[in-house]
Amino acid sequence: MNYSIIRYVTGHTMLLEGVLMLPSCLVSILYGESSAAIALALSATLCAVLGVLLKPRKLKNSTFFAKEGYVTVALCWMVISIMGSLPFLFSGAITNPIDAVFEAVSGFTTTGASILNDVEALPKGILFWRSFTHWIGGMGVLVFLLTLLPMTGGSHMNLMKAESPGPSVSRLAPKVQTTAKILYKIYIWMTVVQIILLLLGKMPLFDAMTLSFGTAGTGGFGILNDSIGSYSTYHQVVITIFMILFGINFNAFYFILLKQIKEALAMEEVKAYLMVIAAAVLAITVNIAHLYDNVLVALQQSAFQVASIITTTGYSTTDFNTWPEISRTILVMLMFIGACAGSTGGGMKVSRFLIWFKTVTKEIRLYLHPKTVKQIKMDGKTIAPEVIRSTNVYLVVYVIIFAASVLLIAVDNFDSTTNFTAVAATLNNIGPGLNQVGPMSNFSCFSNFSTVILTIDMLAGRLELFPLLLLFSKDTWKKF
Amino acid sequence: MNIIIIGCGKVGRVLAKQLNEENHDLVIIDNQEDKLQEFSEEIDALCITGNGTSVSTLNEAGIATADALIAVTGSDELNLLCCVVAKKVSECQTIARVRNPVYSEEIDFIQERLGISMIVNPEYLTAREITRLLQFPSALQIDAFSKGRAELVKFRLLPEFNLDGVKISELSSRYTQSVLICAVERDNGVIIPNGNFVLKNDDLISIAAAPVAARKFFHQLGLSTRPVKNALLIGGGKISYYLAQELLKNKIDVRILEKDKARCEELAELLPDASIVNGDSSDQKLLFQCGFQTAEAIVALTNIDEENVFLGLSAKEHSHSKQIVKINLLAFDRIISKLDVGSVVYPKFITADYIMQHIRASQNIAGNQVKTFVHILENRAEALEFSIKEDSKVAGISLKDLKIKKDLLICCINRKGNIIIPKGQDTIEAGDTVVVVSTHKGLQDIEDILERQV
Repeated sequence: MNYSIIRYVTGHTMLLEGVLMLPSCLVSILYGESSAAIALALSATLCAVLGVLLKPRKLKNSTFFAKEGYVTVALCWMVISIMGSLPFLFSGAITNPIDAVFEAVSGFTTTGASILNDVEALPKGILFWRSFTHWIGGMGVLVFLLTLLPMTGGSHMNLMKAESPGPSVSRLAPKVQTTAKILYKIYIWMTVVQIILLLLGKMPLFDAMTLSFGTAGTGGFGILNDSIGSYSTYHQVVITIFMILFGINFNAFYFILLKQIKEALAMEEVKAYLMVIAAAVLAITVNIAHLYDNVLVALQQSAFQVASIITTTGYSTTDFNTWPEISRTILVMLMFIGACAGSTGGGMKVSRFLIWFKTVTKEIRLYLHPKTVKQIKMDGKTIAPEVIRSTNVYLVVYVIIFAASVLLIAVDNFDSTTNFTAVAATLNNIGPGLNQVGPMSNFSCFSNFSTVILTIDMLAGRLELFPLLLLFSKDTWKKF
Repeated sequence: MNIIIIGCGKVGRVLAKQLNEENHDLVIIDNQEDKLQEFSEEIDALCITGNGTSVSTLNEAGIATADALIAVTGSDELNLLCCVVAKKVSECQTIARVRNPVYSEEIDFIQERLGISMIVNPEYLTAREITRLLQFPSALQIDAFSKGRAELVKFRLLPEFNLDGVKISELSSRYTQSVLICAVERDNGVIIPNGNFVLKNDDLISIAAAPVAARKFFHQLGLSTRPVKNALLIGGGKISYYLAQELLKNKIDVRILEKDKARCEELAELLPDASIVNGDSSDQKLLFQCGFQTAEAIVALTNIDEENVFLGLSAKEHSHSKQIVKINLLAFDRIISKLDVGSVVYPKFITADYIMQHIRASQNIAGNQVKTFVHILENRAEALEFSIKEDSKVAGISLKDLKIKKDLLICCINRKGNIIIPKGQDTIEAGDTVVVVSTHKGLQDIEDILERQV
């Protein structure tokens, strides 16, 4: 293990986090919130100082293998989460450190689950930071760092592989650094467009920015206690559309930028993702139509909720906890599917489901014709057996972590729907679940122990399980 | 530049790494997915599985915007076809590796008619390099610049030179011949020395000089400077064939020892003037019969690297010959350089250097062109030859007033065919070509040698 490069990257990440706290600090100053401004400035300084202390003055050894990639990414995420919780603590917004870390992890992993009962009481600067963590975490801190740090060889790819969601990472350009820059450019522009569209609907700038950050990162922290419920229909429709867009594989946008619309539309994963959304919206609309004045309102409500859940954003405009059981069940199913690989969304990813579906089809064929030779293809390309293997193992690990978490948080004695959906909502980085953790309630009811478990679930979900597991393996830390 | 490399073999990898270090955008195409998968861990490049001759694969690799395509797969025909196809859909430079001797006879025809920018023949390049070494056997390595008018010659500092503990600035009083020490290898490191540098026995020293001057200098050191008269080549592959051809042209007697009977007959057909022996090189008696102890040069060219190393070591033991060892695959080049096996040639590095030279030159057509490029000292330093244009920033200023980077040395100036070993008061003029040795990699323009102005 090359510790010096791990320190190098982690140190730079902390430094970057310190810089990224400054906009929130500025917001605090603009709103005249002196204590929040001091809290943010103090946290930023602390990040920067610790970052500078941590990073080695001179990089002796720059070898960087896959192992270092996974460990660095997992460590960085833990560090930024802890540092990211400091503004909450220093400003007194959250007094329990465990809760503060939960809130920060929820932000960076773009989960959007909160332990705060009264969001509206928070200083604006802290609210801004909360939403901004979504935006940073959505595309990935290290991917952002990649655009700045000069590193050579395969090191970039090893970092990107460890942080980007999905069964495999594709490059948009020969260089990973260029790829990261393209991704961030698309990300920034789409966020800006959303802010402008929201402003056109006469939304205040502060709300437009924080909500767009939440949408872009598919996070879900609202700045009002009822999430998005009290905004106008226009705003809700804009947010619905952008949630769906940010759940699409960013390669599709790149194809569109290159004016290769045909390639973008031909992406199997995107097609499947849009089809699932359409089917779910339709089914739920039919199911809940009688609850609303007319079908259009029902359609708009169901579309918002479906988009919010499948992209793992977690905004809500209504308490879907009170919907009929079939709609609630569909929403829980969507939690697991999640968004596309290569998007900012969480969940298991549509592409994994496609791979599993095709594997099962192939297996059935093998029962019928045992000697069949068949390759599993996606977008006309054969998927490497290693990718299929790791996708399958992912499912196994996912189920184990899921079951263990449900068991562990059961000590708090809530009903099983609450426990099940609480884990589903955190491991898939969604935010709200059902019953006690429904869209109009929050996670403050859990004990410290359960909060820790759910925090780990969020991190595991965002990093797609393995980087975090690797940290706990003895072999990772062995010299040989 | 956007560069596409087809074939992820030995040379493909060496090239990719060097080009990657120089910040080019790379796409690597190979039909073996696992090979690419493995290589993508260590390099920042887009890897595409597929056939490099297929237009759709080339399109996926972005052939339309590519500046150069390098085809280095295992097959000559495939390489040529890749280039021809690429040329039809793009304006890029095309470089193909072609090693079959049958084609090498017609290389100009192929290059011109198929519209290929450059054809590389690793075996021929290696043979040429070995020939140069055999003509000056006291040197461990020779790199030629300015069409052979200047040379970079490497040798080991032996105790009998009595130069241990001598400062470089004191050398000029000891030897009349003007040579410049441009790089010293010691303890796995490369040093670009200045006048105060103190030499030690066993240092590997590279000097820059005109060929005649270098020979005179060696003569003053007490080393032999005459070419070998005969050579024993062990292994009868393509390099052997090209080498024998070159040596025979220079009136050097050649004996080739080859295992395979059919190949022996083929060689006997192709090289009527050489003596061909059929037998196994592990048979010591046979080796001695072939003149292993009496040959003036022993060149180990079998397909097995380990065997070549041992042949080199045992030649050292049994004879006073010049030993040259070819290494194809072995990655332990630092270890090998510590063993006393004589000169070591790496076809993959020779080929890669040759291609790099072309890439750098084509990259900089408007500026001060790179004419020659070699990696010296096992890839830890490089020597480049630049031609100087009229408006160059370095022209007309005496060297001692130029702010030149650390670890960089101007070794020689070629002014209309005259080689000048530069001193502080010398100047670089437009129209010169200049050889620079440096541990900085990726120099592309003569102005890159200057300290960056703040």
